[in-house]
Amino acid sequence: MITLTHYLVLAGLLFAIGLVGVMKRTNLLMLFFSTEILLNAVNIGFVAVSKYYGDLSGQLFAFFIIAVAASEVAVGLGLLILWYKRNGTVDLNSLQIMKG
Amino acid sequence: MYEVIAFYVFAALTIGMFSIVVMSKNALYAMSALAGGMIFISGFFFILDADFLGVVQITVYSGAIMALYAFGMMFFDTTRDVSEKMRSKKIAYTLSIASAVLLVVIFCAPFFSQKIEALYPVIENVGNVQMIGLVLFTKYLVPFELAAIMLLVAMIAGIVLASKKMDGEWEAIEDLEDAKEGR
Repeated sequence: MITLTHYLVLAGLLFAIGLVGVMKRTNLLMLFFSTEILLNAVNIGFVAVSKYYGDLSGQLFAFFIIAVAASEVAVGLGLLILWYKRNGTVDLNSLQIMKG
Repeated sequence: MYEVIAFYVFAALTIGMFSIVVMSKNALYAMSALAGGMIFISGFFFILDADFLGVVQITVYSGAIMALYAFGMMFFDTTRDVSEKMRSKKIAYTLSIASAVLLVVIFCAPFFSQKIEALYPVIENVGNVQMIGLVLFTKYLVPFELAAIMLLVAMIAGIVLASKKMDGEWEAIEDLEDAKEGR
């Protein structure tokens, strides 16, 4: 029988994978992919809690997280395209322009 | 029984897909794997009786967001391998400790919160979509409208940002002058 703990462990594993991506990647586009993984991992946790406690709030929060993710991608990709036009690269290190 | 099989199959597939996203050097492979992973996650939602969210996951994530990424990647040079190198072992250590703490917290969370009660309990003999609609348009109406405004703002921001001139000589000062002239 699959319990809530199974789903929470899975969500934790996926979150850890996303965290590895966030720390490992220096390409900004790949960094965006990793943040999507983080959001999806949290969504699984929310929906699992919603199911096992018989509460709808979890599903609604997951719904709002999806809305936030959609707008984040729209704005983020716009900024990324603008940065690529100016500098010809989407590398994270190209953002370090303030040399101390 | 089928639930158990489905859970483990989808779990293995999702973890595999997302590992490819994180480890792959090719941006196109990473994007395809991410799209696959999103669809497998909607499988979890269907197992958990959240039909509405499963459909939203497929349409919004796999449809809209991945299409947006695909269009965005046409601007970038995706055939070249992404060059990345770990600068120090310190990052890896921080990473592992953070992940471990996170996992422990997630393991312990259900045992500390046994007393939580359902704020909006699931109603018997009502479909999932209808139930979501009932709660969304009564208790969560204001956040819903705010989300609509946020999506509108994001859409306008995306159009404005991505439709700049393509000659690569874009300057912040020019933009300021444009703003002063009211264009």
